[in-house]
Amino acid sequence: MSIFIDKNTTVVVQGITGRDGSFHAKQMLEYGTRIVAGVTPGKGGQKFEDKTPIFNSVADAVAATGANTSAIYVTPMFAADAILEAADAGVKLIVAITEGVPVLDMTRVYPFVKEKGARLIGPNCPGLISPGQSKVGIIPGRICTPGSVGVVSRSGTLTYEVVYQLTRAGLGQSTCVGIGGDPINGTNFIDCLAAFEADPATKAVAMMGEIGGTDEQDAATFVMQNMKKPVVGFIAGQTARPGRRMGHAGAIISGSAGTAAEKIAAFEAAGMGVAKRPIDFVELLKKKL
Amino acid sequence: MNIHEYQAKELLRKEGVPIPPGEVARSAADAEAIARKFGTTVVVKAQVHAGGRGKAGGVKLAKTPEETREIASKILGMQIKGLTVEQVLVTPAADIATEAYAGIILDRASKKPVFMVSPAGGIDIEEVAAKTPDKILKLPIDTRYGLQPYQASRLGFFLYNDVKQVRAAGKIMQQLYAAFMKNGCSLAEINPLVTTPAPAGDVVALDAKMVIDDNELDRHPEIAALRDESAEAPSEVLARNANLTFIKLDGDVGCVVNGAGLAMATMDLVKYYGGDPANFLDIGGSSNPEKVVNALKIITADKNVKAILFNIFGGITRTDDVANGIVTATKQNPLKVPLVIRLTGTNEEIAMKILQENGFSASSDMDEAVKSAVALAKGGKTA
Repeated sequence: MSIFIDKNTTVVVQGITGRDGSFHAKQMLEYGTRIVAGVTPGKGGQKFEDKTPIFNSVADAVAATGANTSAIYVTPMFAADAILEAADAGVKLIVAITEGVPVLDMTRVYPFVKEKGARLIGPNCPGLISPGQSKVGIIPGRICTPGSVGVVSRSGTLTYEVVYQLTRAGLGQSTCVGIGGDPINGTNFIDCLAAFEADPATKAVAMMGEIGGTDEQDAATFVMQNMKKPVVGFIAGQTARPGRRMGHAGAIISGSAGTAAEKIAAFEAAGMGVAKRPIDFVELLKKKL
Repeated sequence: MNIHEYQAKELLRKEGVPIPPGEVARSAADAEAIARKFGTTVVVKAQVHAGGRGKAGGVKLAKTPEETREIASKILGMQIKGLTVEQVLVTPAADIATEAYAGIILDRASKKPVFMVSPAGGIDIEEVAAKTPDKILKLPIDTRYGLQPYQASRLGFFLYNDVKQVRAAGKIMQQLYAAFMKNGCSLAEINPLVTTPAPAGDVVALDAKMVIDDNELDRHPEIAALRDESAEAPSEVLARNANLTFIKLDGDVGCVVNGAGLAMATMDLVKYYGGDPANFLDIGGSSNPEKVVNALKIITADKNVKAILFNIFGGITRTDDVANGIVTATKQNPLKVPLVIRLTGTNEEIAMKILQENGFSASSDMDEAVKSAVALAKGGKTA
């Protein structure tokens, strides 16, 4: 078992003939992801890698293949439209990898996706992987191994770092989800924590947060009130200066809300394990498994 | 991206917001000439990307053109929160009966732009929020429908009793919202929004601030052109033009990392092992050798840097690109400080080979690399 994606997940790749889309579609196929369709308007009827059919619209792709998940690699200015298109076509899981999507675009997209009953992950995220079953996005498959740790993170390469260290220490993962670093994203920590709590294959959760906002504090409250499974947390940006943008638009410390110290205190108050360094996840999780 | 007060006012004027006239001066003589033209008492206001300009002495009243010159000469060149004042806005002083606050902030929690208005304006809105939260009305807006007339009216009634002023304020709210959406803002505020004394009782915007979402700039070249590079640290300008995200800090361990989260975690680890990071630097996802060359240029320009640490986890980033960048950059400009390299991920074997052939060694372990860099910055041997 796993959360959000498994061996039955069928994927349509939006932007499959683009530079990033084609590269990562190949990587996903190599990993064993069931990519059933691609979409590039104007290239309908062609085939990707002589095998996967390409359609002009997501609606056409879903009608022909029944794809239940979309991976989006289109450029930032067209990402909002791509997400709306996927939701409108009835896709239930939409993974938007695109970085640099205007935040105001997301204020229109988010309520529409909700109303359609779909789940959006991202934008500006590495996607997700259920090791040994399926990957949707760009997380390198070879650093993961199947197991019982659920991983959820706001960052990309920091997720890789932690997963790599877990795998090296023999701790496999049920699902790794990168929710993205933007101020408005489709799926938050709580959504993932609730799913991990309900997933029989997940025995413990590793959660990597960042400075900025209050998502980690809200997640800590959720852990305290609703979770039986152990959760270990880490906050990146302990050395950040207040008020400075640190690469992710979301990682802004405004006033007192959103500092690393506040978030770590919330983790401790919720009885969570606190990793001071990425490597600390290994020992803390081993103790709880 | 931050823009100056005078630029924000110009964008609001385009939507019809009533704002007193004003002109920008880069010299005391120009400020004097502008004051002479207005022929009345003026306010001289520092144009810098920092809050609390008034408290810092960057906003002053001047009764005559001569006094304007004298005040402008003091404000120009002044340091406010580490930023040098290069320009002042000269604007006629207004008669003020009341001061209110009106702003729109992109809110993560509600995932919407949220209007905030308060009849207690002119001062720090965060202070009002902390001390008298009932004096603030917060109204989230669904951008699919936009600000509706009944909502604008509700905002107006929260500020004023006089129906004429309520209507005027409602209209300004619509105009503020239009400017917020059209220009891709993450924040737009008018503080203070004033009323002039009776019988006129006009509602007028005396100060404005806007922050533009960087992700919108490709869509708004005219807004991108408003960027004032003289108001930013030179190293940060250089980095942005090279497509790198860079923030200068005070330590001595220069850091080059791919990904914002890992970059922050690397800085934290430097601190954990007793060192002090000199910067935040994210070379981004799909890096090419040229980016690494630019990153090293920026970092070596900082005289505080005593050791340089690369921490690269290749996903999209190909580690052989980074290795080639390191070799090219150090051939062009031999390093005067020690270099510690940690590389793992995509094309790691090729990268290691490139580095070894050029006399570099690299580790695949993050903790070991950080410890070495900290020790070297302190003048010691590698761990």
